[in-house]
Amino acid sequence: MSTAVVVTGLGVVSPNGLGTNDFWAATRGGKSGIGRITRFDPSQYPARLAGEIPGFVAEDHLPNRLLPQTDRMTRLALVAADWALADAGVTPAELPEFDMGVVTASHSGGFEFGQNELRKLWSLGSQHVSAYQSFAWFYAVNSGQISIRNGMKGPSGVVVSDQAGGLDAVAQARRQIRKGTALIVSGAVDASICPWGWVAQLAGGRLSASDEPTRAYLPFDADARGHVPGEGGAILVLESAEAARRRGAKVYGEIAGYGATIDPRPGSGGEPGLRRALETALADAGIRPDEVDVVFADAAAVPELDRAEADAINAVFGVGGVPVTAPKTMTGRLYSGAAPLDLAAAFLAMADGLIPPTVNTEPLPEYGLDLVGPQPRPAQVRTAVVLARGQGGFNSAVVVRGVE
Amino acid sequence: MTARRVVITGMEVLAPGGIGTKNFWSLLSEGRTATRGITFFDPSPFRSRVAAEIDFDPEEHGLSPQEVRRMDRAAQFAVVAARGAVADSGIEVEEYDPYRVGVTIGSAVGATMGLDEEYRIVSDGGRLDLVDHTYAVPHLYNYLVPSSFAAEVAWAVGAQGPSTVVSTGCTSGIDSVGHAVELIREGSADVVVAGSSDAPISPITMACFDAIKATTPRHDEPERASRPFDGTRNGFVLGEGAAVFVLEELGSARRRGAHIYAEITGYATRSNAYHMTGLRPDGAEMAEAIRVALDEARMNPEEIDYINAHGSGTKQNDRHETAAFKRSLGEHAYRTPVSSIKSMVGHSLGAIGSIEIAASALAMEHNVVPPTANLHTPDPECDLDYVPLTARDQITDAVLSVGSGFGGFQSAMVLARPERSAA
Amino acid sequence: MATTEFTLDDLKRILREGAGADEGVDLDGDILDTGFEELGYESLALLETGGRIEREFGITLDDDVLTDAHTPRALIAAVNALLGVGAAA
Repeated sequence: MSTAVVVTGLGVVSPNGLGTNDFWAATRGGKSGIGRITRFDPSQYPARLAGEIPGFVAEDHLPNRLLPQTDRMTRLALVAADWALADAGVTPAELPEFDMGVVTASHSGGFEFGQNELRKLWSLGSQHVSAYQSFAWFYAVNSGQISIRNGMKGPSGVVVSDQAGGLDAVAQARRQIRKGTALIVSGAVDASICPWGWVAQLAGGRLSASDEPTRAYLPFDADARGHVPGEGGAILVLESAEAARRRGAKVYGEIAGYGATIDPRPGSGGEPGLRRALETALADAGIRPDEVDVVFADAAAVPELDRAEADAINAVFGVGGVPVTAPKTMTGRLYSGAAPLDLAAAFLAMADGLIPPTVNTEPLPEYGLDLVGPQPRPAQVRTAVVLARGQGGFNSAVVVRGVE
Repeated sequence: MTARRVVITGMEVLAPGGIGTKNFWSLLSEGRTATRGITFFDPSPFRSRVAAEIDFDPEEHGLSPQEVRRMDRAAQFAVVAARGAVADSGIEVEEYDPYRVGVTIGSAVGATMGLDEEYRIVSDGGRLDLVDHTYAVPHLYNYLVPSSFAAEVAWAVGAQGPSTVVSTGCTSGIDSVGHAVELIREGSADVVVAGSSDAPISPITMACFDAIKATTPRHDEPERASRPFDGTRNGFVLGEGAAVFVLEELGSARRRGAHIYAEITGYATRSNAYHMTGLRPDGAEMAEAIRVALDEARMNPEEIDYINAHGSGTKQNDRHETAAFKRSLGEHAYRTPVSSIKSMVGHSLGAIGSIEIAASALAMEHNVVPPTANLHTPDPECDLDYVPLTARDQITDAVLSVGSGFGGFQSAMVLARPERSAA
Repeated sequence: MATTEFTLDDLKRILREGAGADEGVDLDGDILDTGFEELGYESLALLETGGRIEREFGITLDDDVLTDAHTPRALIAAVNALLGVGAAA
């Protein structure tokens, strides 16, 4: 019997709410964080909306010495980790240092930091590049900085699988707890809303060109036209159920199942791998499809991808067989931060007995999904599935379960 | 229940000085070095002007023009190495459930060369703050997110199982293989195409290492620039390359009569939680990673025949690492040959961990310990047997390979002959 | 001849800009002979600081200047020696 792994702390940094309470209040109320980009003038670009996090002042939360050496996404991640640990009631200094680790996902690293150093390199010369460029932009930086700030010497890790990575990190964290580490800080925070990050995202070909915040990101809608990107995510504290019980911790729920696949080569005609990832996760959790109370969809808002996701959900649960929701319609797609934020929302849904809404979208009937509308739906949520897909064909699914 | 055991049944190495496993091993066993003055760009403004570059023609190695166009150099390395590893292993991926074949690719800095070059263009040489998207290449998104490397490898070999890029800085190459081992052991995959790739020799990388004086300025003697454990060492030499393996469960490897290079018997990673780039001299966290890896392998320190060191050639690393070996292996550290192949192929960041696992497996294959080149001047703080200059014939049944990286990550892997570690 | 001098104020400004300042340290106090480590600056922060001094003052610091100068006084003296300040006196 494998060790049960539970979540005992949440730290949320989301475009529609800084901190778990603000995020959940906004999400229940259908409040969106999507708007025109403010961080730079987006007029010249074919996409101009994003889910920016307003009102985050790093100086209020972090030591001044950390600021020159950190990208925005690392500052957000460090603060989210602080909040998650506080929420879990964990004081890292009181725990054995080798018994705590950090496993995060990354999408594009500290891209804005990298942008600024690239600009200095090419406009001023190589001597102008910061000493902190050697790590501030790279994919491993959040795990490294969180481990240093909190004195965590146990196993650490970093995975990159585009938007699926947020679930892959949580799965890797669970794996390390099963191998014997008591506590792992996991999840992901991404932020690359800077001109250079924007241009690179535009090249992916999936950004919505709409200027209307309520019409721009419409998964499963007839007018689906790509997504609005956002910044942020969630950091979670994972512990073995045993360790959580020993210290009398509040438990949000269990990471009960996981599955991951990658699609066949484009053009090869094979079935996308999402269905198999979902089936694997359910089997890993040891549950039947009819025991699932809600599915948090990946919600690409690209017709072909919406179709593939609906097909996978319907193949496993039957047409209209499970409530489906996409609260990311209020935040935009947060890349590797998206699925950890959905996990947080799933645990909060369990606690509150309601499924958070999907805003703005009018689902096409032919997808056959029971998509939760713009109002939260009262429901007993004991088991939830979170789906995440990444460009390149990555598919991951996690099953979470409430604990008695 | 007996734990599933994981073995290496295929490998391919792209390293400076020679593409292909055979050329790589010739370089190492002959103690030749592949470091040279940088040719990829004009290095004259830089403090460090040496690197270990690969002479690589992607089309010569089977990549189609479209693959060449859409992939960063590091992705090209990964795909060429993955195809080579699968061919070497003799497995036919089509005979497996594709969802049971996974991919893990390590990379510290992803598509750095592509990003550096594309930024230069869209910013018009750094002049535009609002960079111009109309000049961006369509595959820029694949540079933005290096998971494209894992996707390319999965497509190239026909894998559809768990696939990811592992990016833990300079331990990525060990951690990627370690991740793959865990996937097979827990039953999430039966075969994993696992390894790592980095191609970081670009102006932005040279500039950031210049800024922290981590790379050697010894450009007057490029072929002797990388000097791990030598008293005159003054920084590492940046390299590039890839190594990819086919990992599978021991029983199925035996049933199909596969050639088994080595069993991966132990793996662990720990963090120093101290500093993003600095190392405490005591090496306590690397020692802990080694201790846990040996424990997982159910081996005593005395059973280790050879240590493939991180040996980057910076002042602090080589001292740190020497302390970690003594701390974890005790007296046996003094009796065990230790060497750094970075003296010959440079430090390819996220790739080198896998390249060093390849060197470790080949040391067992040939019963030859590769040397540390350029080691002439003893350093009182580095007082182990570093196999200076010349390879050594020695029965090698078990190897410890370690890595240390920015972020504070410390990783250790133990390889052994499968018949040696009884189930 | 007017020569640029590298002052304690320059150093404090560059430290704050490049590496930040530890909340527990008063950089405006009497710090000339306080060790950089005690001021909250480790070797990486000093490398960043050194790079900024080099660019602003157009000098090149030898590798050992930053490792050997353990206090603001020592670093200021080393920089001024390169700037020719005091050498002519």
